[in-house]
Amino acid sequence: MTQYEHAARPDGLAERHPLPALSPLARLARFFRRTLTIVTLEVRKLRHDSTELVTRAIQPALWLLVFGEVFTQIRAIPTGTTRYLDFMAPGILAQSVLFIAIFYGIAIIWERDLGIIHKLLVSPTPRTALVLGKALSAGVRGLAQAIIIYILALLLGVDVSWHPASLLGVMLIVVLGSALFSTFSLIIACIVKTRERFMGVGQVLTMPLFFASNAIYPIAIMPAWLRAIAHVNPLTYEVDALRALMLTAGTSAFGLGLDFLVLTLSTAVLVIVGAMLYPTVVQ
Amino acid sequence: MNTTVLSTQKLTRKFGDLTAVNQLDVTVERGEVFGLLGPNGAGKTTVIKMLTTLLRPTSGGAEIAGFDLVRSPAEVRRVIGYVPQLLSADGALTGAENLRVFAELYDIPRAERRARIDDALAFMDLGAAADRLVRTYSGGMIRRLEIAQSMLHRPEVLFLDEPTVGLDPTARRAVWELVSQLRSTYGTTVFLTTHYMDEADQLCDRIAFMHLGTVTAIGTPAALKKSVGGTGTTLDDVFAYFTGGTLQEAEGGSYRDTVRTRRTARRLG
Repeated sequence: MTQYEHAARPDGLAERHPLPALSPLARLARFFRRTLTIVTLEVRKLRHDSTELVTRAIQPALWLLVFGEVFTQIRAIPTGTTRYLDFMAPGILAQSVLFIAIFYGIAIIWERDLGIIHKLLVSPTPRTALVLGKALSAGVRGLAQAIIIYILALLLGVDVSWHPASLLGVMLIVVLGSALFSTFSLIIACIVKTRERFMGVGQVLTMPLFFASNAIYPIAIMPAWLRAIAHVNPLTYEVDALRALMLTAGTSAFGLGLDFLVLTLSTAVLVIVGAMLYPTVVQ
Repeated sequence: MNTTVLSTQKLTRKFGDLTAVNQLDVTVERGEVFGLLGPNGAGKTTVIKMLTTLLRPTSGGAEIAGFDLVRSPAEVRRVIGYVPQLLSADGALTGAENLRVFAELYDIPRAERRARIDDALAFMDLGAAADRLVRTYSGGMIRRLEIAQSMLHRPEVLFLDEPTVGLDPTARRAVWELVSQLRSTYGTTVFLTTHYMDEADQLCDRIAFMHLGTVTAIGTPAALKKSVGGTGTTLDDVFAYFTGGTLQEAEGGSYRDTVRTRRTARRLG
């Protein structure tokens, strides 16, 4: 008996479309098509209303213009031969991507309250595809943010590398970083379940993640305990990779391979955990 | 041939100490419109959540279109459609985009997608509004769009959770007509919950009354009226008779139900 024989209807009125073959390869292809469906859904929403992309440019602009310019002048932070503004630009890119991603979970709670998630979960879409789709669409927002940072960096005369390989590398890391922290945010949303609690937790997490990283000062000047935290903070590896890729004279402290590995593995683990928790948000 | 399309076996869900649904046994025939009635907090939405795979039963189970709910939730998802109580079409997308997303998620072949979506829009009388953002739709239009979304893959069983909450009388009647048309056109079995007696009377072939998690009566609207009283008995009387006739308080789900209903109503403006 084939798997779908039941579908023959006695009335013959509605014929069921054939279901896709279930070989592992076809299944994988379908998984990525479904993921892509979720990503395009989010991109369409952004296209209909892109004001948020503009308002989000303000915060990194302030960091680079005010904080960056001042600390470059007073040379308070030892960054070796690198100008401080150059040093911090990749850090601010990572930071603004983090700030967008870490509040992504609020959208999950919002969509739960509207019943959108109910319908997605009742559809035959794999949970992992739903979560990965959300993660990658956060990446699209991250990329939009990256464009803004690049424009600011250009205006401020940051030593940006325009080599296509560097640009591609930056795009990859930005998408990975967005996916990582947005999935982290989704997991928190699935656990706390309400907007109010989520905002509280989000605020508590953002600053420690940011300050316990190498985003605006080198790890070397940190006290030992903070350095230890920075070493297990994925943001540190994101910044490290961006610093090597974004700047002409940039170098990586840990090696791009390790950065990439840490970011990919963390994202994969979080997506799997997120896929397990996602259905509980409607219960 | 077996005409039963849905049957539950001692379907039970507990939330802590509260038994929201207690050993539910119902059977729905193919092509039937089956209504689950009861006051807020009776456990109707919990039943729908279990049958649509959103919530695992604590014990017991169900079979839908030949698939075991607990063992094969993924297969069950392919053969059911679901319209949640909340108006859940995505306001940030157009009507056509909302349909497209679900056509893709339900693996409707690319070649057929366009035709299915156009059909659905025509069937629901939404053709002119297809490219408008859903947030500009009226409540009735959103509801029709959602039913269209849930029917794209021609499900065996369509679940409607309080399909007309918050709609004005005209929009409610339009939804009722639509449900009847779906049945006559596609032979769809409809499983709905409601606490409106006129809705059950108009739409349902059979209804089951639910009270505090258990079914207290089941039958055709006419038979139920007859069992309670003579001529002149309305379903409202039947409702009062089978649900204790008193207001329920602090039944766990009732507060959240009310909040949700209000939210839906508010969204409808």
